[in-house]
Amino acid sequence: MSENFEPVIVGFLCNWCSYRAADLAGTARLKYAPNMRPIRVMCSGRVDPQFVLKALRNGADGVMIAGCHPGECHYVSGNIKALRRFVLLKKMLRQLGVEEERVQLVWASASEGIILAEKVDKMTAEVRALGPLNWNKTVLGGNGHPVVKAEPVAEEV
Amino acid sequence: MSDKPKLAMYWSASCGGCEISVLNIHEHILTVDEVFDVAFFPCIADFKVHHVESYPDGYIDVCLWNGAVRNSEGEHMAHLLRQKSKFMVAYGSCAYEGCIPALSNLTSKEATFNTVYFDNPSIDNPNKVLPTESVQVTEGELTLPTFWNTVKSLDQVIDVDYYLPGCPPEPPQIWAVLQVIVGALLEGKPLPPKGSLVGHSGVAVCEECPLEKSEKTITKFFRPYEIVPEPGVCLLEQGIVCNGPATVGGCGALCPQVGMGCRGCYGPLPGVEDQGGKMLSAIASVIGAGEAGMDEHEIERQIEAVVDTIVDPAGTFYRFSMAHSLLERAKVNGKGE
Ligand code: SF4
Ligand code: SF4
Ligand code: SF4
Ligand code: FES
Repeated sequence: MSENFEPVIVGFLCNWCSYRAADLAGTARLKYAPNMRPIRVMCSGRVDPQFVLKALRNGADGVMIAGCHPGECHYVSGNIKALRRFVLLKKMLRQLGVEEERVQLVWASASEGIILAEKVDKMTAEVRALGPLNWNKTVLGGNGHPVVKAEPVAEEV
Repeated sequence: MSDKPKLAMYWSASCGGCEISVLNIHEHILTVDEVFDVAFFPCIADFKVHHVESYPDGYIDVCLWNGAVRNSEGEHMAHLLRQKSKFMVAYGSCAYEGCIPALSNLTSKEATFNTVYFDNPSIDNPNKVLPTESVQVTEGELTLPTFWNTVKSLDQVIDVDYYLPGCPPEPPQIWAVLQVIVGALLEGKPLPPKGSLVGHSGVAVCEECPLEKSEKTITKFFRPYEIVPEPGVCLLEQGIVCNGPATVGGCGALCPQVGMGCRGCYGPLPGVEDQGGKMLSAIASVIGAGEAGMDEHEIERQIEAVVDTIVDPAGTFYRFSMAHSLLERAKVNGKGE
């Protein structure tokens, strides 16, 4: 794969643990791969599978979902919800030909800046080895459609 | 022909059920006949493509198009009928969002051909004959349309005015929509805005479903032949995959009422971009695994055991909406189209 390929990884980080872990990694001046673009969500349970699919469709090479360790979710079990969806999503993405390494779920508490940094490094290396995803071009052959949707009108009929 | 409004109906990658559904409006079909002149409707009347070609642009008032677009003939006819029609209606799930034909977007054209022409148990093809696009015979050249790798919805090929969901649409909804169109053509009544999805209830199938829900979770999913559902109880909560939570209603929850999980044929709810993604969330939320205090890996293992009982998540959650899904198709051998 091209030496210069730098994967774009969209990261959905939960506000209470993983986003703080990323913050900590920053303030501690840890050096780690700059490939993950963090998006703060209130809880990993907020991550709709559609967010992941949309990121992959629109150009991301990988998606990381990061939340609090099981038992530590601010909303009790949002992370278990995330895990249930993730396990099912992984199985579905396999059918769609998306390599397993491209979508990962990790746990990192607010004090685990180092762990989050390591996971980002590891995932970046794995996705770099896979090469670009480039769904619109590689899979939809450059004529991927802008996502068209019928405007729903509630018909009282 | 008289000066009555002109009606057309054409099919591409479809099963023919949508044509039948139009006739299913029973005696109302007489009103349709009274109001419209049929200008093109190969299923019921002998029209040829050259008739359509001879019409002036916009000559057809309403064209009901059913079927997904999966080859060059479908594409050509879609453009032709678009040009000749004032209103183009994507009629039924195949035209609206790909439906069953678009499930082949989960594989490649080669694999589809292998199944259809070589591997199906009912096939006897010792010489491995495959359709070719052109063949020379004494009378001249015979051609077949080009078969695409990816099945498309009608709106991925041409501009669509209205969408009517369902596989096939249900008669009361069809009739209601036809009445709106007739009202507009004959009495100048207003039409819904262009691009509208018409003929549905706007709420989830679950809301139309009389089966009792109790927020129960389950630890195994059953295929329809593996279980006799308990009457009156929500199917999903019995471990029968039901797409009701992620599907817009309008059918009156026909399937769950007879013990069959909703397949999702009316398509996504308003505001939902990807029916499969939404369905995935709904299914995941009834998985009863992962108690508090359990070891992280043990939780994952338990959830995996439940998920393993869902045989074909992509085919189940996108049974009708693959062409309209966010990813549109699978990556096969490193590519798609
Ligand atoms: S929408 Fe259903 S009934 Fe209509 S053509 Fe397609 S498969 Fe047949
Ligand atoms: S999940 Fe299915 S069976 Fe249960 S309430 Fe919804 S539509 Fe009815
Ligand atoms: S219950 Fe579901 S599959 Fe059955 S007709 Fe209604 S929308 Fe279609
Ligand atoms: S608050 Fe962090 S995963 Fe729920």
